[in-house]
Amino acid sequence: MTESTDLAIETSGLVKVFGKTRAVDGVDLAVPAGTVYGVLGPNGAGKTTAVKMLATLLRPDGGEARVFGHDVLREADAVRSRVSLTGQYASIDDDLTGMENLVLLGRLLGHRKPAARDRAARLLDAFGLSDAADRSVKGYSGGMRRRIDIAASIIKTPDVLFLDEPTTGLDPRSRNQVWDIVRIIVAQGTTVMLTTQYLDEADHLASRIAVIDQGKVIAEGTPGELKASVGAGSIHVRLRDANQRADAQRVMARALGGEVQLDADPVALTARISGDESDAGAADRAATALAELAGARITVDDFSLGQPSLDEVFLALTDHPTEQEAAA
Amino acid sequence: MSTATTSETRPSTSYTPAADSLGAVLASGEQPSRPSALSASVTFGWRAMLKIKHVPEQLFDVTAFPIMMTLMFTYLFGGALAGSTGDYLQFLLPGILVMSVVMITMYTGVGVNTDIEKGVFDRFRTLPIWRPAALVGAVLGDVFRYAMASTVILVLGLILGFRPGGGLAGVLTAVLLLMAFSFAFSWIWTMFGLLLRTEKSVMGVSMLVLFPMTFLSNVFVNPETMPGWLQAFVDVNPIAHLVAAVRGLMEGNPEAGEITWTLVSGGVILAVFGTLTMRLYNRK
Ligand SMILES: Nc1ncnc2c1ncn2[C@@H]1O[C@H](COP(=O)(O)OP(=O)(O)OP(=O)(O)O)[C@@H](O)[C@H]1O
Ligand SMILES: [Mg+2]
Repeated sequence: MTESTDLAIETSGLVKVFGKTRAVDGVDLAVPAGTVYGVLGPNGAGKTTAVKMLATLLRPDGGEARVFGHDVLREADAVRSRVSLTGQYASIDDDLTGMENLVLLGRLLGHRKPAARDRAARLLDAFGLSDAADRSVKGYSGGMRRRIDIAASIIKTPDVLFLDEPTTGLDPRSRNQVWDIVRIIVAQGTTVMLTTQYLDEADHLASRIAVIDQGKVIAEGTPGELKASVGAGSIHVRLRDANQRADAQRVMARALGGEVQLDADPVALTARISGDESDAGAADRAATALAELAGARITVDDFSLGQPSLDEVFLALTDHPTEQEAAA
Repeated sequence: MSTATTSETRPSTSYTPAADSLGAVLASGEQPSRPSALSASVTFGWRAMLKIKHVPEQLFDVTAFPIMMTLMFTYLFGGALAGSTGDYLQFLLPGILVMSVVMITMYTGVGVNTDIEKGVFDRFRTLPIWRPAALVGAVLGDVFRYAMASTVILVLGLILGFRPGGGLAGVLTAVLLLMAFSFAFSWIWTMFGLLLRTEKSVMGVSMLVLFPMTFLSNVFVNPETMPGWLQAFVDVNPIAHLVAAVRGLMEGNPEAGEITWTLVSGGVILAVFGTLTMRLYNRK
């Protein structure tokens, strides 16, 4: 019983069907309170559908979902008073100014007009939108729109904040701003559930990640656990002499027991440090490989250890690449 | 890191989220109490007013359109139907007032539809407020527009020579009755606004319903000259009863039967379409 109260979100067998599409097909999630939980998946995976059910915007066709113990169907109002959603597409009124949008929502949340105005002004200031406060949102840039949309979601500090693809379509600087905002919000105790197609985004922000594809959770865990399920990482080596590369490849393949790739750079090679049957850590095994290279009189100028990217995780889990990789 | 000039000219891009100021706002989360149904509805009505303030062009349909209708039909039919435009205006004005306002109600559906398209309603639907408030507020905003259209038509009518026998009290009661009925009638369009996928189809369906309901009535002529089957339709057409009630009040002989008919049909429309609207709204 105490366990369930530590969970901000809990779903079991959650299903949503649109015609013949099983958009969400039996999803079980357990999101610990006070953390950022990443939901990672390609286009059409069912991220938006899942989040909308949790935010009481869509009725589940099967299974159960609870937010802080409140059922999203039977206790929708209790859920609504604790959650807030920043949808994939901006849900603010284009015709109104930034200030008016926030005051409107403040009033709807029960603030009296002066309090609503005060909170709106402080939020606009904190989001760097004071100068644009009295302009209609129509004229805002993509990054500003995202920020006002997030600001609109925290007029009343929510216990759970859903962010549906908050950085899709933003330039790197705006994306970093949103990341910083997310970190500040979660530091204040709000649980954040964030959907994304960007693997590095989930890696940077989330303490746990669910990978979903075609409506199903295909992997769940910490970013580290997900990586470990694919392989411990890789070692990247730069030799002094390109002529020694063939020898180096042989030595490393023997030492690490895996495939060694030759990079485009004629003095560089990369080896996968595959999943572990022995107890040796990835770094230990890399060190062994380096020692063997030295023993074979092959001069190494530089080396680095790389963690497997979540792109590799995705490929390994779904046997089809993510859209970014397919496009690359 | 950035000079004063760049931070002045590019305030939005040089922004760095500040943990202290944002954190302070989040921490100061006094928990307000849930607003009442009325207060939430009025707040949505305020939103409708703000939209009119920012996009005043949208008042075109409640000003220019009624003026055009009044002038057009007064001079088109006046001579032929009543011998003179002056006499006809006495008969026509209450009818054209009802027709214009009832026609304008269809924009309610269009407005609801665009709000949904834009995703604005998604945010409203996650708020812990009385559920119908967003729609009630939108319709309240529309009632303001109806009042505006009524004023425009009445002022124009008075200029053209319309002289209501019922005096100020009769005219005001008539307009109030019209507002009340239109408020109820608007829920037909909120339903279509939620049901249909595009703004265009909402317009299309509205026209299909409104043209027969307004033209096949007593707005322009006395139904006694119509063939029997048409009279039968006019007899059950709520718009015809509304016109009769409004006409009676303005002339100074209120007809209790027509007023009751109007209030009851309005009540039924509100109950049926209000319920259907909320069903659709909750299910979306
Ligand atoms: N209202 C709807 N009607 C019919 N099908 C829908 C509807 N909403 C979603 N779907 C379908 O459900 C599936 C999941 O959609 P969803 O929007 O949840 O994906 P997503 O993970 O959010 O994708 P994206 O990254 O593109 O936003 C898709 O196949 C989509 O076509
Ligand atoms: Mg989506």
